[in-house]
Amino acid sequence: MTHAIFALPRPAPSVLPGFGLTMGLTLTWLSLIILIPLAGVFITSAGLGWTEFWRLASDARTVAALKLSFGTALIAAGLNVAFGLLVAWVLVRYSFPGKRLLDAAIDLPFALPTAVAGLAFTALYAPNGWLGSFLVPLGLKVAFTPLGIVVALVFIGLPFVVRTVQPVLADFDKELEEASATLGATRFQTIRRIVLPTLMPPLLTGFALAFARGVGEYGSVIFIAGNIPYVSEIAPLLIVIRLEEFNYAGATAVAAVMLVISFALLFVINLLQAWNRRRIGFAG
Amino acid sequence: MTPDPLAIEIARIPAGNPPPPRARFRTPLSEVLWVRFGLIAIAVAFLALMLALPLAAVFAEAFRRGVEPFLAALVEPDALSAVRLTLFVAAISVPANLLFGLVASWAIAKFQFRGKSFLITLIDLPFSVSPVISGLVYILLFGSYGFIGPWLIANGYQIVFAVPGIVLATIFVTFPFVARQLIPLMEQQGTAEEEAALSLGAGGLRTFWSVTLPNVKWALLYGVLLCNARAMGEFGAVSVVSGHIRGKTNTMPLHVEILYNEYNFVAAFAVATLLALLALVTLVLKSALEWRYGGELAASGRH
Repeated sequence: MTHAIFALPRPAPSVLPGFGLTMGLTLTWLSLIILIPLAGVFITSAGLGWTEFWRLASDARTVAALKLSFGTALIAAGLNVAFGLLVAWVLVRYSFPGKRLLDAAIDLPFALPTAVAGLAFTALYAPNGWLGSFLVPLGLKVAFTPLGIVVALVFIGLPFVVRTVQPVLADFDKELEEASATLGATRFQTIRRIVLPTLMPPLLTGFALAFARGVGEYGSVIFIAGNIPYVSEIAPLLIVIRLEEFNYAGATAVAAVMLVISFALLFVINLLQAWNRRRIGFAG
Repeated sequence: MTPDPLAIEIARIPAGNPPPPRARFRTPLSEVLWVRFGLIAIAVAFLALMLALPLAAVFAEAFRRGVEPFLAALVEPDALSAVRLTLFVAAISVPANLLFGLVASWAIAKFQFRGKSFLITLIDLPFSVSPVISGLVYILLFGSYGFIGPWLIANGYQIVFAVPGIVLATIFVTFPFVARQLIPLMEQQGTAEEEAALSLGAGGLRTFWSVTLPNVKWALLYGVLLCNARAMGEFGAVSVVSGHIRGKTNTMPLHVEILYNEYNFVAAFAVATLLALLALVTLVLKSALEWRYGGELAASGRH
């Protein structure tokens, strides 16, 4: 039985021992922890039948939540591309005091627990917060609106873009810029027509990574979002609400839609990284 | 005899320092000074707004009423039990992922086989799954309406809404950390050193222990560090499977949320400072590893 399932990995001849044992353990552990539990979502969805699944997935509140999650993640990822490129450019090309500290701080969103980030942004943008007390009188409400979700997702996604662009920019062949300059291009032309095209693959990869992360993000968003159904209720929160109502079918339907889209995104990310490797020599 | 015109030309160049390097301010390969300063200023302002300010806000809110309420929130029994549970969960899930990472990267990096990149994608899968879904999958499996939950519960095994579920969900979300750090590095290092050890008569385990492991030890530590930060800070997945029983199934991030929802802001931010400190320590250690052992951490091109 095992042979039929595990027929895939048969190694090229090697003198190193332990392939069978380590590959067997890897596939077993991977199946038990990740693959079988994930398959449960699709098995439960399939058990609902197509009409019931479609009724749950096209429910107005579900559609609103999915639209909000994907919309805010899209905007945040776009902002991250702009600011991530700027930050990566400044960190790679210029030297200034405190640069190393700044470089190290980029990974804060990876290290800071999401709930803490959510709490911090809520405190900042609440009407009596450091920033909110300036912005709210100007009519700019961030906390408890979709705008707050975008702020939280920009925080969460920032390192993805910076860390994919940075190594490519650092390895960029300066001779190309020199050639462009000697041929009479202005600095702006050189950046727009020589440097930016090279950065396209890592920028797109970073965009896709930040987007994928933003769609599923929960901890940092729920504090600042306000969580009003149809307005600022994200899809992961709707899953939690359905679970608390013991509406497992409803929760599973939302989860299945999100998983299908996430896997499609993952596929795109893999293609982008392969493109990255071909063009630049490595993936971000 | 007429002097060489070139020699005259060279003699005319003043001795001593070359002319002041105006070029330092504007070479064809850099931007105008004010553009450079402008870009640096925007980047620093953006990072201050997005990174420094939130971090400062956590500490400011925690000490808003002074030191005493801050300390009181940390020594309160529910907070202490949340700290203990968080440490306990990390103490199981991090070693589990460390072992898996070593085993998987040996199989994947040291051998050539078809479907390798597909397998790596499967290992990376948890990064593409919403944390909430990572919790949901275990409810569908082990919940009282789940696939094997009813049978397990009838036999006295409570998985979800209990500590085992929290551990499982944490292992799920931290699954790729160690493996993805090791696989590219071990692939780059190749198998020549292991082959040499084997040909000199070392056994497989000994080869792994004295050749492979020392080669990847800093990358392993790096992966463990990131894995631990996520394990202790995970919120979404753990929140779904925990059941939120105070003093029993509450980890630190969940405790923060409960306090916040009770409008006990000082206590919520006090516990949050512990998690923020964990993040800062993680960042410092991570940067120290990158600066000291950058070349040994990752395959070329990785930052």
